[in-house]
Amino acid sequence: MGKVREVKRRRAAGPAKAAAKGEALTAEFKLGLLRRMMEIRGFEDKVFELLGRNILQGASHVYAGQEAVAVGACSAIEDRDYATSTHRGHGHCLALGADLKLMMAELCGKATGYCKGRGGSMHIADVSNRNLGATGIVGGNIPVGTGAALACRLQKKDSVVLCFFGDGAANEGNFHESLNMAGKWKLPVIYICENNLYGMSVAFSRACAVDSICGRAPGYAMPGRRVDGQRVLEVRGAVLEAAGRARRGEGPTLIEALTYRYRGHSRSDPRVYRTKEEEAYWHDRDPIKLFKADLLAEGSLTEESFAALQAEVDKAIAAAEKFAVEESPYPKPSELLDDVYCGWVETEKGLVRTGNS
Amino acid sequence: MPVIMYREAIRDAIAEEMRRDPRVFVMGEDVAVYGGAYSATQGLVQEFGEERVRDTAISEAAIAGAATGAAMCGMRPVAEIMYVDFMTLAMDQFVNQAAKNRYMFGGKTTVPMVLRTEGGAGRCIAAHHSQSLEAWFVHAPGVFVVMPATPYDAKGLLKTCIRDDNPVLFIEHKMLYNNKGEVPSEEYLIPLGKAAVRREGSDVTIVSYSRMALRAEEAGKKLAEEGIAAEVIDLRCLKPLDLDCVLDSVKKTGRLVLASEAYKEGNFVCELAMKVMEHAFDLLDAPVERVCAANCPVPMSPVLEDECIPRADRIAAAARRTLGKA
Ligand SMILES: Cc1ncc(C[n+]2csc(CCOP(=O)(O)OP(=O)(O)O)c2C)c(N)n1
Ligand SMILES: [Mg+2]
Repeated sequence: MGKVREVKRRRAAGPAKAAAKGEALTAEFKLGLLRRMMEIRGFEDKVFELLGRNILQGASHVYAGQEAVAVGACSAIEDRDYATSTHRGHGHCLALGADLKLMMAELCGKATGYCKGRGGSMHIADVSNRNLGATGIVGGNIPVGTGAALACRLQKKDSVVLCFFGDGAANEGNFHESLNMAGKWKLPVIYICENNLYGMSVAFSRACAVDSICGRAPGYAMPGRRVDGQRVLEVRGAVLEAAGRARRGEGPTLIEALTYRYRGHSRSDPRVYRTKEEEAYWHDRDPIKLFKADLLAEGSLTEESFAALQAEVDKAIAAAEKFAVEESPYPKPSELLDDVYCGWVETEKGLVRTGNS
Repeated sequence: MPVIMYREAIRDAIAEEMRRDPRVFVMGEDVAVYGGAYSATQGLVQEFGEERVRDTAISEAAIAGAATGAAMCGMRPVAEIMYVDFMTLAMDQFVNQAAKNRYMFGGKTTVPMVLRTEGGAGRCIAAHHSQSLEAWFVHAPGVFVVMPATPYDAKGLLKTCIRDDNPVLFIEHKMLYNNKGEVPSEEYLIPLGKAAVRREGSDVTIVSYSRMALRAEEAGKKLAEEGIAAEVIDLRCLKPLDLDCVLDSVKKTGRLVLASEAYKEGNFVCELAMKVMEHAFDLLDAPVERVCAANCPVPMSPVLEDECIPRADRIAAAARRTLGKA
């Protein structure tokens, strides 16, 4: 039954009951993970193209290169769980099950987008798919994710929270304060640091006083673990294990996934702070390439079925572009002040009550 | 006179002060090799090295606080907070430590630091990267707030701020960095608390600052075509404030329009309107008008962002209203 629902909702992965070690995954499930990674890559390549053509405006932090982290991690949590995301959040959003069309529309600032065009690239929330939202403030989602876990605890739910952030964010006070709180209260949260080796232009090794983020975990009374962020099943395994701990009331885990962002920090970044050799090394360890090779080797995929999958993904991306760019309207200027408050509305003389929602 | 960009004016001001005074140093996120998110520190690390041009971790509280401590111990930091929106994270250090130390400690410490940042909308980057938060800092006794609109002002004022013995929040505007203007090659300083009259007129006074000062000038031009002579004032500094310049103008015109890119409620211009009322109520022939951003977080969608931020036509319309011409 789980599988039917999974396909219906076009999730990368639905309920994952198997144990982390030696779990037997169906070929279909693994192809779902591959497809989701390919969709994220295709989406991000399209975003970059639309930015270049000035069809899309605004922020441009793309996720290409890091797909295995979002897809692996989100495949390991369940429908009743939550996630919080970052300024580089398109991958998280899609891995949690977001619709390509509504995502693209949001990035284009259209009324049909996930947040009615008000949020754009850096501020997408998709609550029906467990995504409590991204943030333009580096590290801003870490305390919020911690609070979501507190709510799960207070409501005696066995839900967990997946809290994504970057290596740069781990040097914000918000990181340290949150982990201390979660460690002390044993909150059901999985902190997943995507260490892509840079926070904008500043290399991780130049910004951080120690050589690993997960090494800080003992300071907050939680286990820390580093994983290969280019290997989707390795990320999934680590998150499954952490989720198990959290559900059993054993508290948070800090996972550090080593990965790499292919593009510049944003569109205007010429990437002078890193070498072509380093980029080539990571392109060799491309998460899609690696997983594809695994699936070819075990016989769940052929070059032909891969090509067919790629064609389907390309079609879905083209449809998302068409929906967002051609078919969707912009919001109306008259809607500018909607939703600032719940139950109150702005007038010439200030706020007046309208009801409860 | 050489013509340079706003961001080059900032860079030149810092470089000149660093050459002149070994106590001056730069720190912030991506200020070294990257040259700053808006390229305003481009080339500094090449000239002065990594000891004096320091890339920090992403740690705004530590940036503002370390600048405060370094300033108290004999240095003159020019620290950068990439967006004014991130001042929220530096807030405690800036308004509770930098701003208050001198007073609380009985005048025994000084905090000669500049916190450079930038604000404003215009790039469709939404609610966390588009705000104008200057009013918060005007509300913190002990710090200055400076917001230049032109390359000439940016350079002359930044040099003065670096030499001043008070903590200064120097707020640039993201849409101005590539604007060009004449800047003398000889050294010059602009005193703090001196407004600039951009356009003279006797019908209505329009007061603004930062990017809105340029839109106010645009409005002034439009009004001139209709036979309305607007006097357009660019405050340049919100604190210290050149109130006399505004009062002198209102004495001539009897009408006042205030334009700002910040949220309407609790806007700095509300304070200015109050001051004008306290000092020149009898001179006013019409209610003071304000033209500000809508009371909502700045939205990403280009259509909504444009709706939210004041345009020149709205400033002109407000000026007409003070003259009873709808
Ligand atoms: C509080 C705050 N400081 C600075 C920035 C500017 N900024 C945006 S992304 C970024 C780098 C973040 O690095 P990291 O956390 O490693 O995430 P990555 O971009 O590598 O995914 C910076 C400095 C910001 N948005 N928010
Ligand atoms: Mg990073």
